[in-house]
Amino acid sequence: MALRTVSVVEPLNEEAPGPEAVKRNDVLRIAQTHEGERGGLIATLEGIQDAQGYLSEEALRTVADATGLSLVDVYGVATFYHGFSLQPRGNRTISVCLGTACHVRGAPMVVEEFERQLGVRAGGTTVDLEFTLETVNCLGACALGPIVKVDGTYFSNVSRGAVKGIIEQSRAEQLTGAIPVVATTNEPAMVTAEA
Amino acid sequence: MAHLNSINHFRAFQGRLAGRQDPNAPTVVIPAGTCGQASGANELIRTAKTEIRKGGLGGRVALRVTGCHGFCQMEPSVLVEPGRTFYPRVSPEAMVRIVQATARGEVLDDLLLTEPGTGEPIGCQDDVPFFERQTRTILARNEQIDPTQIDSYIVNDGYSAAVETLERGDPGWVIHEVKSSGLRGRGGAGFPTGVKWELLAKQANGRGKFLVCNADEGDPGAYMDRSLLEGNPHSIIEGMLIAAYATGATEGIVYVRNEYPLAIKHLRIALRQAHELGLLGSDILGTSFAFDIMLVKGAGAFVCGEETALIRSIEGKMGEPRQRPPFPIEQGIDGKPTAINNVETWANIPVVFQAGARAFAEVGTANNSGTKIFSLVGKIRNTGLVEVPMGITIDQIVRDIGGGSAGNTRIKAVQTGGPSGGCIPAERFDLAIDYDSLAGAGSIMGSGGMIVMDEATCMVDVAKYFMHFLKDESCGKCLTCRKGTQRMYEILDDIANGKGRREDLDLLEELALAVKDTAMCGLGQTAPNPVLSTLRYFRDEYLEHIENKRCPAGVCKELITYSINENCTGCGACVKACPEDAISGEKKQRHAIDQNKCIKCGACRSICKFDAVDVA
Repeated sequence: MALRTVSVVEPLNEEAPGPEAVKRNDVLRIAQTHEGERGGLIATLEGIQDAQGYLSEEALRTVADATGLSLVDVYGVATFYHGFSLQPRGNRTISVCLGTACHVRGAPMVVEEFERQLGVRAGGTTVDLEFTLETVNCLGACALGPIVKVDGTYFSNVSRGAVKGIIEQSRAEQLTGAIPVVATTNEPAMVTAEA
Repeated sequence: MAHLNSINHFRAFQGRLAGRQDPNAPTVVIPAGTCGQASGANELIRTAKTEIRKGGLGGRVALRVTGCHGFCQMEPSVLVEPGRTFYPRVSPEAMVRIVQATARGEVLDDLLLTEPGTGEPIGCQDDVPFFERQTRTILARNEQIDPTQIDSYIVNDGYSAAVETLERGDPGWVIHEVKSSGLRGRGGAGFPTGVKWELLAKQANGRGKFLVCNADEGDPGAYMDRSLLEGNPHSIIEGMLIAAYATGATEGIVYVRNEYPLAIKHLRIALRQAHELGLLGSDILGTSFAFDIMLVKGAGAFVCGEETALIRSIEGKMGEPRQRPPFPIEQGIDGKPTAINNVETWANIPVVFQAGARAFAEVGTANNSGTKIFSLVGKIRNTGLVEVPMGITIDQIVRDIGGGSAGNTRIKAVQTGGPSGGCIPAERFDLAIDYDSLAGAGSIMGSGGMIVMDEATCMVDVAKYFMHFLKDESCGKCLTCRKGTQRMYEILDDIANGKGRREDLDLLEELALAVKDTAMCGLGQTAPNPVLSTLRYFRDEYLEHIENKRCPAGVCKELITYSINENCTGCGACVKACPEDAISGEKKQRHAIDQNKCIKCGACRSICKFDAVDVA
């Protein structure tokens, strides 16, 4: 990916930079770090999403400007991959795993319960911008399903009844590593060691 | 960190590390892969560290944090060396006791697993039925290695195979060995790895050649690649190093899916350490051989597991597959020759060279050599990663290793191969697991997901689930895949909602075959497998839905009703659990469900302790 340096050195704003200009500068800086890197566009978009929470139209236009790619190409990549969001997201992202193992162990009911409790559909963000609820194809912790991830914290063997607690805990920002939720459906009978 | 500039230097370094290691030192091993961390391994690590420090046990008990050992069901678990004592589901309080007992050289019988029949405690991990019947060539190394320390890999014979290859100086021999080991691609297609390397080696040098590790483990229900990257990232690097030497490849890329943050972290650390030590980069160990590996993250697209889509994604484009030929081996990344192997294939390479090609080929069956890792998940008692020789039967995995059904229900089928695979019914569990037998039964090996389904799993729902997945993940390039998966999903949804007609089954089959025949890439060509295999083995269930408007498994919401039977004690637990206030009744009297209010969420059934809620 070759950067068109002209966009970077161009004075963006004659006056003191406002919030939008700062964002534009951030976007340019991120694009610059990935200049010439393999797969640079995806890494650039990822960097912008990490910094700004989502990919705004303005950010995509800036990336297209800076890289010399057409807006269509940038938009295409931004919409092709599930990892990118073109909408603002909540402070915390709740990801409910819908992998096959989680599915057969009741993950659809867990999604429903999150939708009920939060009042949004999967893919949506609560009005207070606190939570974005999303479903993911597989988080790769299949033996412990259904799995729910809130930002970086994993919850295992989640039942419908555990949903409220997860939301409350997340709201109270008490996520201190992993909190296992005890299995209700798959308690192995051969374990006598310790509950 | 030292920089090693010759092969002798490496050997001396390895010898020094070995000299410092005492194999009999009492060591507490805590597996902390994603599964372990999700179950509380981090707290155990903190507790163990505190206890060792507080108790002044530094010289008497060592602590090693590793990746996943495989028995995820029992996480967080602890392994104590040298006796290989296995403690399942360890609490922080138990962790304190384990550290103290280890310092005294004792075993805590009350914390051990017990023999299912006799209740006798099992002292050694290797005697636990789940582990006993596996052949853990690759997974066992996860127990030995701290994935964030290159020294830990090297002292366990790591990079020895790569160094011997460099010393021998004969690329042709390397390819010959891989070919005679019989190793086939573990990503699912089963292409002979040695043949692939030979093809790459034959491509003209000069323009540059690529090696790719495909770690875009997209099959839902499979996570062995994640476990290997988290637990033993250097084995992947070593595998690629050996291949680079054999094929003349100049650049390596590991393409990891974004959903695996810990794998990405460990791989980054491993690449940096290998670089610093002089095992990657230019003039590796003073041999003038140069090779480097970089990491590229995916951004969430199932189709990127397909090799031409993966290449586009690495190039930073939309991951749409393209027509083959030309195959990537001729024109891959940036139009240069590219060989792509799966994570588990790469992890097998050091094994081939350490054991020797002949010994490797002796494991498994003819034409299906070596071991394969499966993720045994779903409705089964012992869930986790299992490594077995190729050719053992599904029954041996499900019953002997998996311990059979998780509850009281009968196991009905296993689903292998992810969305490209199919469901194999219990009557065919005598099937040997190898590439060819599974394909013959209408499924595929795939990357090794094995999802166990019981009588409470509806096969129409499973087919619908996969079709929903595939219609979302179809890149949209081929009409038949884009529209075919969409239409098959709609038909399955109708059937699940009781609106199916008998002729729908013929239409489903016709559509399935049309998509199979006309789609361009592997995703589309295999997309109909979940439909075709469930139709083949579970047609009865489809007919129940269509003709009797009944879901025998009690899953499809439109076709089921919940009711309360005479077991009800009137405890009122379900009343509290019901989100719609649909349950009422006098205290200590049998309750009843108002069907008009019931949303069939199943909350009452999961909370009831008296088995008093029926679903039919």
